Amino acid sequence: MDSDVLVVDDSAAIRKILTRVLRQTGMAIQTIHEAGDGQEALAVMAQHRVDLVLSDINMPKMDGLQLLASLKASPQWKNIPVVMITTEGGETKVAEAVKLGAAGYVRKPFTADQIKEKLVGILEPAVTL
Amino acid sequence: MNLHNTIAQSLIRSTGEVFSTMLGCELSGAEVTVEGTAAGSASGPNDGVVSFIGIAGSWAGTGSLSCSPAVACRVCTAMLMTEATSVDEDVLDAVAELTNMIIGSVKTDLENELGPLGLSIPTVVFGRNFKTRSAATAEWIHVRFLWDGDPLLIKMCLAPSEKPHAVHHGGNPTCQVEV
Repeated sequence: MDSDVLVVDDSAAIRKILTRVLRQTGMAIQTIHEAGDGQEALAVMAQHRVDLVLSDINMPKMDGLQLLASLKASPQWKNIPVVMITTEGGETKVAEAVKLGAAGYVRKPFTADQIKEKLVGILEPAVTL
Repeated sequence: MNLHNTIAQSLIRSTGEVFSTMLGCELSGAEVTVEGTAAGSASGPNDGVVSFIGIAGSWAGTGSLSCSPAVACRVCTAMLMTEATSVDEDVLDAVAELTNMIIGSVKTDLENELGPLGLSIPTVVFGRNFKTRSAATAEWIHVRFLWDGDPLLIKMCLAPSEKPHAVHHGGNPTCQVEV
């Protein structure tokens, strides 16, 4: 079954770029939802099935690490993989994200190949007939 | 290497990397100057787009990107792969994110020397004949690039915080910039 992905970033530009990159990865993706911060992300997840979350860290209202902690504390969502995509490249932030249960980490600026590399093993490749 | 040199080299590296990776283009120039020591020194007048990001921690300051409306539209077009002909929400968002990536990368470099730092959410200003004024006393390191002949200015000021405080992410900048 194709996966549904949630892209969380306060920048509409980054959401558009990630949406385009995700469509180019060759992974089996059905729907790409968007949210501008952690609170919006939780609202989207309450309404829709989500199989993977790609999230920025530095966002207003609820940042990416708070979102990650909320998801991992939820019996309903704790098994959904969360990949952090952020300018926060410091070792402290990486360690914090890993400790909270992030499935991966991509530093901005990113290439399409870097995103695809992180998704291998998380999403299924698209079936071509 | 002193801090000014470290910041200048990091600005050059990160700006080049972000333009190359996200926009698929190369910059030239990279002329470095150090400007403004008096508190409240004003820049300008400016025309175009200016984006600011606050830096907070045991050192505090501001990172900024300035460019013409035409360059801002080129940034958006290259980043989103959709033609931008006038400065709209997409253009301002693209410039803000570009600044976020450049200054965020510099911040990561500087944390090796200065300890943990935090970034604010970017603020973008678009207009004509406006001035910006910083309350900070630190000197600004300016790096002037050329993008196919069009100027692009990246600058940063950073100084030890008088009252060191916890680093917050997504909070307000501690270096006030009046526009």
